[in-house]
Amino acid sequence: MKRFIGFFRELTHYRSAVLGILIIGSLLALALYAVVTLPYNEAIQRWRGGEEIWGDYPRNAMPQWVTIFTGNSMPTTIILNSRDEGSVYKESQVVSGDMSTADIIMPFEYTSAGFPSEINLFLEGKSIAKKPQATMLWKTPDGRQIPLGDTTVGTAERFAISIDQRLIRRLNGLSPEIGLFADPATLAPGAKPVPLPGRYQLVIEGLTFEDNSSLEAKLVVYGQVYGLAGTDHRRRDIMVALLWGTPIALSFGFLAAVGSTLTTFIIAAIGAWFGGWLDALIQRITEINAVLPTLPILILIGTFYTRNIWVILGVVIALGIFSLGIKTYRSMFLQVKEMPYIEAAHAYGASNLRIVFQYMMPKIAPVLIPSFVTLIPTFVFLEASLAVLGLGDPVLPTWGKVLNDAYSNGALYKGYYYWVIEPAVLLMLAGLGFAVVGFALDRIFNPRLREV
Amino acid sequence: MATETLAKRQWALPRIGIRVPDTLTRVVKYTLYRGVALFVTVVIGVYLTVLIANMGGYLDIIRMAQIREQAGAVVLNDPQLQALPPSELRRRIDEIAQIEMKRLRLDQPFALRSINYLTDALTLNLGRAEHLTSDSGSRQVRLVLLERMPATLVLSATANLSLFFTAIFAALFLSRRYGSLLDRIVIAMAPSSSVPAWFYGIFLILIFASVLRVLPFGGMIGTPVPESTPAYAASLLRHMLLPVVAIILHGIFIGIYNWRTFFLIYSSEDYVEMAKAKGLTSRTIERRYILRPTLPPIVTSFAFTLIYLWQGAIILETVFAWPGLGRLLYQAISIFDVPVIVGNVVLIAYLLVTSVFLLDIIYALLDPRVKVGGEKRS
Repeated sequence: MKRFIGFFRELTHYRSAVLGILIIGSLLALALYAVVTLPYNEAIQRWRGGEEIWGDYPRNAMPQWVTIFTGNSMPTTIILNSRDEGSVYKESQVVSGDMSTADIIMPFEYTSAGFPSEINLFLEGKSIAKKPQATMLWKTPDGRQIPLGDTTVGTAERFAISIDQRLIRRLNGLSPEIGLFADPATLAPGAKPVPLPGRYQLVIEGLTFEDNSSLEAKLVVYGQVYGLAGTDHRRRDIMVALLWGTPIALSFGFLAAVGSTLTTFIIAAIGAWFGGWLDALIQRITEINAVLPTLPILILIGTFYTRNIWVILGVVIALGIFSLGIKTYRSMFLQVKEMPYIEAAHAYGASNLRIVFQYMMPKIAPVLIPSFVTLIPTFVFLEASLAVLGLGDPVLPTWGKVLNDAYSNGALYKGYYYWVIEPAVLLMLAGLGFAVVGFALDRIFNPRLREV
Repeated sequence: MATETLAKRQWALPRIGIRVPDTLTRVVKYTLYRGVALFVTVVIGVYLTVLIANMGGYLDIIRMAQIREQAGAVVLNDPQLQALPPSELRRRIDEIAQIEMKRLRLDQPFALRSINYLTDALTLNLGRAEHLTSDSGSRQVRLVLLERMPATLVLSATANLSLFFTAIFAALFLSRRYGSLLDRIVIAMAPSSSVPAWFYGIFLILIFASVLRVLPFGGMIGTPVPESTPAYAASLLRHMLLPVVAIILHGIFIGIYNWRTFFLIYSSEDYVEMAKAKGLTSRTIERRYILRPTLPPIVTSFAFTLIYLWQGAIILETVFAWPGLGRLLYQAISIFDVPVIVGNVVLIAYLLVTSVFLLDIIYALLDPRVKVGGEKRS
């Protein structure tokens, strides 16, 4: 313990190492936060659930904090639900017999200087034989009334206002999310349309034809910003993947590094101690392993067999066992093997395994630690590499998969920079954090480097 | 086995008083031994790849089902055969499928077939691709591969050669003035190399292609393909700039850092102090006393830089849509084109092993201490 503290104190002499430790510490905290606040099942549900989970989120929205820099030009999402009594008015009157009106009035304030990204109206009708009918009318602050059309309402209808062709024709070819909000004065050819601020209303004139029939509506005026991290092309909250990517990346990197370095180390020690055919065999396997193309094999396994991240982890470790590191460790162990204290241990009858595990390995262990820490980012990036090639785990949300989604949907081309930068910065932080600490450790444990 | 007998003989020779074999025989013997050892390594490595790429024979079962289905379609769609009874139709389908399977050697057990695949692969008889074609429309795997090779080579050679020599010379420069501000900056930047080249590539694309719009997003040549040679070269350079910079950014700091440390360790040897005391110029000291003993590791590292690139290029080429071997391998894997996968891996294995082999010979020439038996270097 004392040795550990002393060594830690030595590490803090390196300013870069302190920075690295801070980065690793905050990533660990983030990972812990992710696992505690967002349980695994819920995270998977929120990442893979479906439209009902993320249907109300805007598509490809930037993170909300960009409004600090852009001011009022990016609206947030406005949701109006007829089940919320406070903000939505409902009126119902019997017309004749079973037929009655079911009007819904949805007023809302729109103040942003930018247009919404999309408008959707979700209608739910309850009926047995005759479906209710709805006629939609849009009222602007300056008193214009724009008919949106009418429809019969099934149990769950989605009226995509933004892509309604008849409405677009009625608005002279403008997209509804612009046409419905634009100030008519700015619609002259060549001018840049600007939204008219004020109180808008969506009026739904409903008719029900049965006794227990009813009509509910939800209007979603999608904004351009969402949450801390924004959303992707499927409206998913990227924050889920960023949060859960942290424990996955850290554990993948850590386990792969531990698995491969430790086994390599043990095998090198055993080979060096026993020598003979065992040593020769280990050497030959190492050489064959060096010829095997690691990344193509991983891609093959990802494509042909499974993309499960833990299977891939196993293969990574298996391919890393007989890595070229064996040669380095072996030459060190060969030197240790000749040391007098080993000879003494042999003389008083210590067993082979005792000598290997208790006397030889602790001697070289310090060399292992820096190389182990510097290996972690390699594996973190390996997972991301596979994900970028489309071979990420099919279930888990990871940083690499966000990057892959962004890349395959042309995020860089279309200007969705946040989508690429967020996972990339996290990956970079993880990589640099461990690398910086590894470098400092290397200088502490290999004093020969310290002098130069 | 062979290792030990050769090694023993080598050790035994001076002891019984026979003249130590001269450099030539030493190198030839060593070459032969390494050649055999490496060939065995390649055979095993390629065989493992064949096994994995065929999913241990499972892919052939899928292929057989496909053949049977096609044969069924042929027979059932033939109007002249419509009148035949079902049992006769089934017999005909089986017959056609059998012939096709025999043609593709699918009637043999997989163990035997995998050996066939192995010998074909090793003799570079790469066969025909299943889906991919070369630009000229050929299905020959050899042509598909050869067509992609220049693209990979032009990128890797440019990037790695400039990276390598810049690193070495910068390191020599820094080792002369270690502790300076520049030196400290390089040390501080060294961990940045833990970030892979493709990752820098994404950032470079973001800055220079998306935001500034000055360089292309990817690809190798602009469209339409320029006709004059200078215009072609200019277009190639424009497309090559970002991937090359990505590779250099990834490797430069760690490269300088490692070489600098290495040169510093060697320049603190006693014989360098001695040379300094003799009053030799720093150029002479550098050339004769520092560079010469460090030559073998420099050569090794050079070879390994070249080898490493074959692996790293897959993602970099995919990110930059660079039509090289790496991207081809990725494309082949994603559409299950086994002949191209195996062909690609065999090619890389051969390249890799040839590099190692050449390296061994150069090593044996450079370093008189290298003994037959590989790892028995003193």
